[in-house]
Amino acid sequence: MGGISRRRFLEFGAAAVATTVATSKRSHATPNFEGYPEGMGVLVDLTKCIGCRSCEAACNKEHGLPKPEKPFDDLSVFDERGHSGQMRRPDETRYTVVNRYEPTQGGAPVYRKIQCNHCNEPACLTSCFVNAYTKTKEGAVVYNPEVCVGCRMCMTACPFYVPGYSYSSATNPVIVKCNFCYDKRLVNGLPPACVEICPQEALLFGHREELIAIGKARIKAEPDRYIDHIYGEEEVGGTSWMYISSEPFEELGFDTTLQKKPIISNVMGFLGMVPMVLAIWPALFTGFHLLAKKKGGEDGHDSERGEGE
Amino acid sequence: MKRYIDKGAKVVDGPRSPVQNRPWTLKEKLLLGFTPKEYLGQAVRNPLNWVAALILLVGLPVILSRFYFGLGFVTHASNDYPWGLFLGFGLFSMVPLSASGFLLGTTVEVFGRHDFEPIERLALLNGLLGYLFAVVYLLADLGQPWRLPYPMVVSWGPAAVLFLVGWHVATYLSVQMAEVSASFFEWQGWPRAKAFIRRIALGLTTAGIILSTLHQGALGALFTYAPGKVHPLWYSEEFQWIFFFCSSIPAGLCMVIVASTIVKKTMAWRCDARFLENLDRITLGLAKGAAMGLVTYATIKLIGLAHDNEWGYLASGFGTLFLAEMTFGVFIPISLFAYAVRHKIVAMARFGALLTVLGIVFNRLNTALFTFNWKLYPELPHIGETIIVVTVFTIYLLVYRFLLYRLPILYQWKAELVPVDEAVPAPKLVKESKTPVGEVTA
Ligand code: SF4
Ligand code: SF4
Repeated sequence: MGGISRRRFLEFGAAAVATTVATSKRSHATPNFEGYPEGMGVLVDLTKCIGCRSCEAACNKEHGLPKPEKPFDDLSVFDERGHSGQMRRPDETRYTVVNRYEPTQGGAPVYRKIQCNHCNEPACLTSCFVNAYTKTKEGAVVYNPEVCVGCRMCMTACPFYVPGYSYSSATNPVIVKCNFCYDKRLVNGLPPACVEICPQEALLFGHREELIAIGKARIKAEPDRYIDHIYGEEEVGGTSWMYISSEPFEELGFDTTLQKKPIISNVMGFLGMVPMVLAIWPALFTGFHLLAKKKGGEDGHDSERGEGE
Repeated sequence: MKRYIDKGAKVVDGPRSPVQNRPWTLKEKLLLGFTPKEYLGQAVRNPLNWVAALILLVGLPVILSRFYFGLGFVTHASNDYPWGLFLGFGLFSMVPLSASGFLLGTTVEVFGRHDFEPIERLALLNGLLGYLFAVVYLLADLGQPWRLPYPMVVSWGPAAVLFLVGWHVATYLSVQMAEVSASFFEWQGWPRAKAFIRRIALGLTTAGIILSTLHQGALGALFTYAPGKVHPLWYSEEFQWIFFFCSSIPAGLCMVIVASTIVKKTMAWRCDARFLENLDRITLGLAKGAAMGLVTYATIKLIGLAHDNEWGYLASGFGTLFLAEMTFGVFIPISLFAYAVRHKIVAMARFGALLTVLGIVFNRLNTALFTFNWKLYPELPHIGETIIVVTVFTIYLLVYRFLLYRLPILYQWKAELVPVDEAVPAPKLVKESKTPVGEVTA
């Protein structure tokens, strides 16, 4: 009797293992790379940006996005405030926005362009349960609307609050975010539309490794001008888009408390435990059951046995 | 209902009508043995039905509008708060409260504690319905709910914790269906099917343990994807999944206490003596288990605080919220349970269970909603979203009641003598009442 139930039990254990095998496999298949060496990136020099919004306009045109309420040369958008004084952010109508920040020390305002940073180990990618995202070897993080279920886990996970969702659509809502102009430009070795149009050369397109070197050189050449930090070199495992600035990053709406290791590393502890539970639990609980049965002589009312009587 | 029974009406509780001495027809079974008029009469007289009807009247159009006009119509369509009440309550709260199935299954089937058997089926049903409606809430929340099977069949993202949650909830739902189907087969009069379920019960239960450990924890691990967004007092990289798993144990046990209390108060006519006579003892037993779960949970919480050195946050407004959650949802229930178990005060244990259930919901909402994005701004749910959550919950209660009225969950199905042509032995005949603890219940 004990034997029968144990065997049945093991069959079920096996079934449970089968359903989770993909999950346990993944813990070995973690994309633990440091980004592709040939990956491209953009270095944003905030000291050069004049807030002309040309990049916003170029992006809108390139991707055929809806015409905004205010034209792109209307600078009053910098005073727009959303919920609880939030500045503008990318959403379903715009892949990128430029915001204006007044440094607390006084001095000229600083403008900062926001878009997907195309992380080396993207939180959006690693958290998506249908694998809708791909990090291409060129460095872009692209999204496939065909498989997206709309759970919005990626929005929850993105540490930069980048992905937007087209909530207004009832039949085909999708994630909306910058794709580094991957399909039309990046694959052909061309810079994205925003970089191309920037009149100030505030956006520099190139190999990520080289951009880091250039950023460091600029900081070294003018240590009084720049904060000694390239934002995005190490944040959450490094990003393809990086920033250098004359003002402290936290004053420009950057989250300077982000961890250095990639977001995916936070769940490794849990995922590593999954195969252990699968391996140990069945044996453990069979053991408990057999123990309980042995000493269960006092009640002798095993419901399983009752069945056959 | 009571009124008819007091008048001597017989509610269906076995395959045959004792009055007409013939098997009940399906229609009679569905109407519990009453005439349609009688059944309708009691339904109309029950004021709760009127409340439910009112909620559905308001809520169903809102649910339709959500699918017709899109999510943006009933939510704030926030890109900063992609998850709202649907998941905060529907998924993150309903799932721990439905841990009852695997907990009682383990207690009875694996640990052989047959003294908890009278409540096992209620716990299983509570688990099944909780998961089922968690999925309903999920369907309301997903942007493209018709793609729900995608993570299973179209595109796999096995690197994601949510992938594990999806698979496990789906598998576990089928496991629970099978477990609860035993009562349905009895009611339907399919002894072979039922005997089959009984034979694989241990396997089902163990599959349940594995799946539950993993996905209860996985729901917590989901939040470690958003380290900077969850407030540090509710966040711990190492312990998050343990917090969620551990708190699901008292959550599930207390939910059974709450459900059984409501049942005892509102539909005692449907419970048999075995259920009613054992309930107080079982309640105290469950309270004891819940107290141990809560103590473990509180300890891990404290270790988490110390590990990440988060004491400083306790002085902030978030700290007050955190302390309130811990006091009312954990520490007060622990004291109530301890006192109640020692002095055998069942009402006190029941009150403690209610607090625990509310405390768990509060904890999940705090993590997912109220303190989420604590560096940005607080988000309060949209009215449309709230109405949908209440409506779906009402439907959940109605389905719950519908099944409890009919299936042998709170009472034991009266077995028939084996008909001659029956190849499979019928369930053992059980005395209607005064069944000693641990008596065969099949
Ligand atoms: S910035 Fe956000 S959306 Fe862009 S790749 Fe990184 S995690 Fe993904
Ligand atoms: S919303 Fe879509 S892309 Fe984002 S995690 Fe969910 S399925 Fe993946």
